[in-house]
Amino acid sequence: MTTSNSLVYLIALPLLGATILLLAGRRADKWGHILGTLMSASSFAVGLYQLSLMLGRSTEERPVGQKLFEWISVGSFKVDAGLLLDQLSICFVLLITGVGTLIHIYSISYMSHDKDRRRFFAYLNLFIAAMLLLVLGDSYLNLYVGWEGVGLASYLLIGFWNQKPAYATASKKAFVMNRVGDMGLSFAIMIAFATVGTVSFAGIKEQVDQTSTGALTAIGIMLLVAAAGKSAQFPLQAWLGDAMAGPTPVSALIHAATMVTAGVYLITRSNFIFDAAPTAQLLVVIVGAITLLFGALIGTAKDDIKKALAASTMSQIGYMTLAAGLGPVGYAFAIMHLLTHGFFKAGMFLGAGSVMHGMNDQVNMRKYGALRKFMPITFVTFGLGYLAILGVPPFAGFYSKDMIIETAFNAGGIKGILLGSITLLGAGITAFYMTRVMILTFTGTKRWDEDAHPHESPWLMWLPMAILAIGSVSSGFLLSRGDALVNWLHPLFDHHEEHEHHLLEPIVVSGLALTMVAIGVAIAFFKYSRQEVAAIAPENVSVLTKIARQDLMQDRFNEAVFMRPGQQLTQVLVKTDEAVIDGTVRGVGQLAMTSSSLLRGVQSGFVRSYAALIFVGAALLIAGIWVVVQ
Amino acid sequence: MDAANYLYLSALLFTIGAVGVVVRRNAIVVFMCVELMLNAANLAFVTFSRINGDLNGQVVAFFTMVVAACEVVVGLAIIVTIYRSRRSASVDDASLLKR
Amino acid sequence: MNSLVLLMLLPIIGSIAVAATPKTKEVLSKQVALATSVIVAIATIAMAMNFQRDNVDLQFVEKYSWIPTFGINFSVGVDGLALVLILMSTILAPIVVLSGWNEAHGGRWSVKTFYILILVLETMMIGVFAATDVFLFYVIFEAMLIPVYFLIGGYGTGERSAAAVKFLIYSLFGGLLMLASIIALYVMSGAQGGHTFDLQALSQLEMSSTTQNFLFLGFFIAFAIKAPLWPLHTWLPDAAASATPGTSVLLLGVLDKVGTFGMIRYCLTLFPEASKTFTPLIMVLAVISIVYGAILAIGQKDLKRLIAFTSISHFGFITMGIFAMTSQGHSGATLYMFNHGFSTAALFIVGGWMIARRGSSTIADFGGLQRVTPVMAWSFFLAGMSSLALPGLSSFVSEFLVLVGTFTRYPVHAVIATFGIVLAALYILIPVQKALHGPTTPSNEGLSDLNLREKVAIAPVMAIIIALGFYPSPLLNVINPASAHVIAQMGFTDPAPTNGDK
Repeated sequence: MTTSNSLVYLIALPLLGATILLLAGRRADKWGHILGTLMSASSFAVGLYQLSLMLGRSTEERPVGQKLFEWISVGSFKVDAGLLLDQLSICFVLLITGVGTLIHIYSISYMSHDKDRRRFFAYLNLFIAAMLLLVLGDSYLNLYVGWEGVGLASYLLIGFWNQKPAYATASKKAFVMNRVGDMGLSFAIMIAFATVGTVSFAGIKEQVDQTSTGALTAIGIMLLVAAAGKSAQFPLQAWLGDAMAGPTPVSALIHAATMVTAGVYLITRSNFIFDAAPTAQLLVVIVGAITLLFGALIGTAKDDIKKALAASTMSQIGYMTLAAGLGPVGYAFAIMHLLTHGFFKAGMFLGAGSVMHGMNDQVNMRKYGALRKFMPITFVTFGLGYLAILGVPPFAGFYSKDMIIETAFNAGGIKGILLGSITLLGAGITAFYMTRVMILTFTGTKRWDEDAHPHESPWLMWLPMAILAIGSVSSGFLLSRGDALVNWLHPLFDHHEEHEHHLLEPIVVSGLALTMVAIGVAIAFFKYSRQEVAAIAPENVSVLTKIARQDLMQDRFNEAVFMRPGQQLTQVLVKTDEAVIDGTVRGVGQLAMTSSSLLRGVQSGFVRSYAALIFVGAALLIAGIWVVVQ
Repeated sequence: MDAANYLYLSALLFTIGAVGVVVRRNAIVVFMCVELMLNAANLAFVTFSRINGDLNGQVVAFFTMVVAACEVVVGLAIIVTIYRSRRSASVDDASLLKR
Repeated sequence: MNSLVLLMLLPIIGSIAVAATPKTKEVLSKQVALATSVIVAIATIAMAMNFQRDNVDLQFVEKYSWIPTFGINFSVGVDGLALVLILMSTILAPIVVLSGWNEAHGGRWSVKTFYILILVLETMMIGVFAATDVFLFYVIFEAMLIPVYFLIGGYGTGERSAAAVKFLIYSLFGGLLMLASIIALYVMSGAQGGHTFDLQALSQLEMSSTTQNFLFLGFFIAFAIKAPLWPLHTWLPDAAASATPGTSVLLLGVLDKVGTFGMIRYCLTLFPEASKTFTPLIMVLAVISIVYGAILAIGQKDLKRLIAFTSISHFGFITMGIFAMTSQGHSGATLYMFNHGFSTAALFIVGGWMIARRGSSTIADFGGLQRVTPVMAWSFFLAGMSSLALPGLSSFVSEFLVLVGTFTRYPVHAVIATFGIVLAALYILIPVQKALHGPTTPSNEGLSDLNLREKVAIAPVMAIIIALGFYPSPLLNVINPASAHVIAQMGFTDPAPTNGDK
């Protein structure tokens, strides 16, 4: 593999930014945001430079690596701090640094009233560095460092306003649930080392043929657990909604465009493992399908604009996971949807932030309405993202989502029909809840709080939104023109070109999908545009709505099954430790005390009784000796 | 005369001393009884020395006498001090070390 | 300077100098103590530079006749394992002195005495790791209790006397069992080629497996109390809760390491067969310690006790790594000892500052410190992250090595232990949330942030934690040959990759 000495700058620049901003403290308040943005932008520039180099090389020579130093080396466990930039990671590098830089710019204005803006930019830079390490690491252990690094950055950013106890709890919840996923990654690495003897991507790929399916399935399932934790997939999805406690740019960058898609990256990166472990692959598909519907259903009932978008993110990542689980035919589409989603979802989140900015940080959509006239740019950019997520041609989502639906149908047999139907249904529900968001926010009557004075956001905020909107419009077309992305990624995946029969023609799939979308939009239109929307959420709703409002009981479930028994176990063990283990120890001490106080009675203080005892003792001793001697 | 008779006398004196220590309350008398026991032991040592025909027993007897002399000095001093503070020479009254 | 004995003498000389300072000039005593410990640290680092990494024999060996009648020598020497631990101890000592500048005030005795005790303890800390004569080791092992006893009982808080006595009796109990074993070894050595206490010679002894088992237990129980392994751990939370933060750092950071160090140096070397016999039991106890310590840490309301319980969990990891008998587990365990010294030191030191400022060690009494005292809060947070083994910080490398090394031979144990990392997230984030986040309560508003002295004290700890997370090679290169040597002596080789039995 070709080596390159400049890969490290991708990570080093934002890391340097974070370090400077954190160490400089309040001294950097004046220029911290500029430095942070510059560091992110220069990392983007390095990424573009790398892309240009990569385009200039032949297909086989495109991946480049860089060994920084020997990180851990004990016995046969050798891990170098090494970076790998190939066709897959460059997509992520550009997405992370590109969208990241836009969001940095947006945050300059969005966070301008916060006295901790410098700290915010430090965290953002830290996140960019960790996320780049995640996608650039050349072994699972290097990836793990980035993996937990983004978890840390996410924790810090969700809890950015942690003076509010609920926000602090949300950040803790995210970290802990992520750690459950991280545990999966730990297991995967341990199994890989015990069975294959290496933890580097290249090393494992080489030995896949010599490794049993059972071991690969185990690794695959554990990687799936990891992916589920990071990407908020079922059953580790519960943290994402609460993660909206973070400032909105964070939700856009971390909890929509980049970090939560890391799971999809992990599965795609591990394609060689999943391709050889059909059971694990099937589980990936199942998890994706469940989450797709799960997220979509939650999205229908949320009144909090950010939580509705978060549910939508969860659902869209479900699409990606599902696609990644379909094997070589699906990887490229998973990545394509990931990229287009990065544009339109980040754009919509920034739009939501813009709305909140104008509405005194109100997040309840029932308190919005008719904002179209007051925030035209936000409306247009958000609307373009809306069209993209619906999959209306020729917007970005049309290309990526349709391909996933089509691939799902072509998976073959009942599985194919089932998956295809689920993805279609998901598309319909997506259309419903996104239309609902649009209607509640931008059209209809004013349901504002009295002190709300909505206004368009400053240019620093709408410019990134506009750029992302352009991406939402064009990225799908650009990426799929002449199968650009598919061909670009092709060398990484093992294609067994066996043109299976197509269950449905592409045009039929598109037609079906658009029909579902139309139905979804229509229902939302009749429900929310034709009727007056209550400013306070109605209480007399169906049981299903109530369940959906409570995130399909995910928190209740976690509390009942893990949290409360866990707390009780803790309490019981604390008491047991006190009473039984320490009690035994103290019991031994008590025993000595009691017996000595009994014996103390002998010490009467009377000299004559002591003397008598001495005589008796001496007599007994002599008698004893006499007996023995005789 | 049979040397064993001295040993019997020594045992008798020791027993008298021992009984005295246990039954008498007056510290001076107890003290005298202790002296009696010491000297009984001395008598036994000297007797053994005679029986065995070497001087070891007599040497120990000298040691005992020196120790006894020291003991008298220290012991009488203590008794006098106790008597001064308590107006009594009864050993049963000086039982401060009991619990 | 390459003499361990001179290194041991340095703190003693310093303590004499401290004793010579007038009682009224407390600052002078502190300065002398600080200067001494800094010199010792520098001398140790200089010595470590001269250590030959690839040589598995003992180095810097010195031997003086001590009690010739019983064949007792004052003999010292270090291998990679001992060197790393001595390095840790001597680097921690000046940090403890500097960070706890005022913690000797309000004690039962004078400030001067506090620093004399600390310096005497430092000598013993070097000696206990360097000793190669079993009798010398035993003497220092027991003698170390005395300064710690006075440090807890004289300068601690709360029920300090009770805690000190508990600590002392627990340790003495283990020490006596060990003494019995040592005497037995001595007697046996007399029958097999001359009485000796030399570790090297004793490891060649022939003995029946029953004898070996009993003697092994004598040593192991002593070390299991020190290290503390479940269920012999209950002295630690009490001692840590009562001791001053600096004492806790030395207690958990260094003294407890004597336990895990002893397991490698004495249990494995002297009784290889018995070690194998008891490995299944010890592995189970280690796993219980990991999970149990973590769960109990979650349930604690007192900050100091919480940190103590996290250490019980960490010592479980170390013990597990030692007895997994793989090079990864073994090197990981040794590295873990070093890293734990610093991450726990950071937690105790910063936690101690928080407690001293607030006047309470109850976690619930804090709140919103991140807004009031950002530097202190960040230090605590970083220390906590190191404790939960965040990748990029030093503990991660060691913890992961232990897990990976254990997994290749004992997958079930490793899997259960890995659950500890989720529990670790809880036991760190719960106090972080309660103490650092949330609204600032009125009683916390006036707290002052770290001053320059405190920043200087904590900076090296943080630097070590971060630097070793990214670049552990300097230490691993020293540790690896020693670990490999022990594993090879025990007759183990690393399990080869199974390829899933294909």
